[in-house]
Amino acid sequence: MQVDATTEALSPAGDALITARGLTKRFGDRVAVDAIDFEVGRGEAFGFLGPNGAGKTSTMRMVGCVSPVTEGTLRVLGMDPARDGPRIRARLGVVPQADTLDQELSVRENLQIYARYFDIPRRDARRRVDELLEFVQLSERGGDQVESLSGGMKRRLTIARGLINQPDLLLLDEPTTGLDPQARHLLWDRLYRLKQQGVTLVLTTHYMDEAEQLCDRLVVMDSARIVAAGSPLELIRHYSTREVLELRFPGAELEPAGLDGRLEGLADRVEVLPDRVLLYTADGEAAAAAVHRRGLAPSSLLVRRSTLEDVFLRLTGRSLIE
Amino acid sequence: MTGSAHVVEYDLLVYRHSWRGSMLVSFISPVLFLAAMGVGLGSLVKSGVGTVDGVSYLNFLAPGLMAATAMQTASVETTFPIMAKVFWMRTYEAMLATPLTVRDLLVGDVAWLLMRLVMVAAVYFVVMLLFGVVTAPGALLAIPAAVLTGLAFGAPILAYSATQKNTVGFAAIERFIILPLFMLSGTFFPIDQLPRVLQGVAWLAPLANGVALTRGAVLGTLSSEATAAHVAVLTVYAIAGIVAARVTLRRRLVT
Repeated sequence: MQVDATTEALSPAGDALITARGLTKRFGDRVAVDAIDFEVGRGEAFGFLGPNGAGKTSTMRMVGCVSPVTEGTLRVLGMDPARDGPRIRARLGVVPQADTLDQELSVRENLQIYARYFDIPRRDARRRVDELLEFVQLSERGGDQVESLSGGMKRRLTIARGLINQPDLLLLDEPTTGLDPQARHLLWDRLYRLKQQGVTLVLTTHYMDEAEQLCDRLVVMDSARIVAAGSPLELIRHYSTREVLELRFPGAELEPAGLDGRLEGLADRVEVLPDRVLLYTADGEAAAAAVHRRGLAPSSLLVRRSTLEDVFLRLTGRSLIE
Repeated sequence: MTGSAHVVEYDLLVYRHSWRGSMLVSFISPVLFLAAMGVGLGSLVKSGVGTVDGVSYLNFLAPGLMAATAMQTASVETTFPIMAKVFWMRTYEAMLATPLTVRDLLVGDVAWLLMRLVMVAAVYFVVMLLFGVVTAPGALLAIPAAVLTGLAFGAPILAYSATQKNTVGFAAIERFIILPLFMLSGTFFPIDQLPRVLQGVAWLAPLANGVALTRGAVLGTLSSEATAAHVAVLTVYAIAGIVAARVTLRRRLVT
C-alpha cells in the first residue's frame, strides 16, 4: 500500500510534544517499527491504529522512554529519551496494556506509593489521591485490595495512577481492550474530560469507534509502517466513500461471475465478500435504486455511513494477521 | 539516591502487610533448632566427645546456624519476590514508567535485602542471648558477619533470578547449592571432618567463610588474618553478584 500522507497530515497545528523522524525499533532481525515519522502537538488526542503486531506498542514504549530507540530521532517534550529518560518520564503518564497494579496493596496504597516514585511529598500525594479516586469514581473502594476490583475498575485505577504526577502527556496502550460497554463508555468519558482540561493524549487501539470518538488525528500502522495519517474524517474521505451500500443475495446468485458485470458502474468501488457485497459510494440510496433498476433482487439491503473500520480494512486487509 | 529510597519505601509498604508472621518465623525457627539440636543433640555430644572445637555443641552450633539462616533468608528474598517484580506482578515495569531507573531498582532492592538480613540476624542474636550462648559484647559483630554472608548469596541469586522465566531454576538452587552448603559448611560439625577435597570446595563457597566469621565473632576466637580472608571471599561474591545483577536486570527490563 502506498503511503499517501501529506506533510500537513503529519504535523500538528501547535508546538510538538513528540517528534519522531525515521523512528525504528528492531528486536534482533525482526523489525517492529520501520522508520516512521509523526508529530504530536500540545492538547491533541493522537491515535495509533492498527492490527495486533503492527508496531503500536513498540512505538509507545519508545515514546515512554522505557525502550531504547534503535535508529532515527525521537524527541519527547523537547528532550532526548536516551539522555533525559528520567526527566521526561517525570512528566509522562503511562497506562500500559497489561495491568501492572500491585495486587498485594490497596487501591489507595497503589496510588500513594506511585506518587512517591515521582518524589511527590506525602501530604500532597494524599490530597492528589483523593482527587483522582473521585475523578475515576473509585472513592468508595480506596481501602479495598486491588484483587477485588473488576476489570473496568482496575483500568480506571491505572488511569488514576498515570495521572498522579499531573502529566503533560498521557500515553494509553489499548485502554479499553477487554472491557464491557459500560466500562468503556465511562472510560471514554473520563478521557474526554482530560482532553478538555488540555492533557495531551496518545493512545493505541484497534477499536475504530474508540479512535473516532477520541482522536483528533491518527495514523494507521501496518507491518511496522505508517500507511495513512489524518483526522478520522480525512481518512474516511480519502480512503473510503461517504456511504456504503451492503447487499446480501439469496444463495446461488452471489456467484461473482454472475454479479460482476451487473454491478459495474454503480459505485466507486465494489467489494465482494463471501456473505455480502459492499458498494462504496457517495450516495447509498441512489446506488440502491440503481441496483433495483438493473433487475437485481438482493435479500437484504443496508445503507450506512462509511466508518474508520472501512478505512482500516482497506488499508490493512481482511485476512487475519497473526 | 532518592529513587532507590522510594523503592525501599515500596518494599516496606508490602512488608507491613506480613511483618508479624515473618518476624515470628524468624524467632521460632532458631528457638526450635537450638533447643532440638543445640541442647538435645548437644547433651549426647557432651556425653560422647565432650566438646567441639573446645566449646559446647550449643555454642558451636548457634553462630554457625546464624550464618546459614542469613543465607536462607537471602535466597528466599531474591528468588520469588524478584520473579514477582519482574514477571508476575510487573512491579519493576510499573516503576520504570516513572523517573526511577534500573539502577534505582537494584540499589533499592539490595538495600531492602540488607534490611531484612539485619532484622533476621538481630532476632537470631536475641535468641542466642536467651540460650546463654553470647557472653562478650564483641559477639555483636556476628550481626554484620551474618548480613555480609547473606549478601554474598543474595546478590548473585538476584542476578540469576532476573534471567529466569519460571521457578524451576529456584528449586535447583535450593537443592544443589543451598542445601549441600547448609550441610557441609561447618555449621553442624567442623569442616576438618570432611574429606580433604570437599574441604577445599567448602572454603571456596561463601557459607563456610560466613560460618567461620560469625562463629569467630561470637566465640571471640578469630585472628585478624582469618577475618580478613573470610571477609574478602564474601565481599567478592557480593560485589560480583551486584555487578552481574546490574547486567541481567538491565537486559531483562530494558528491551
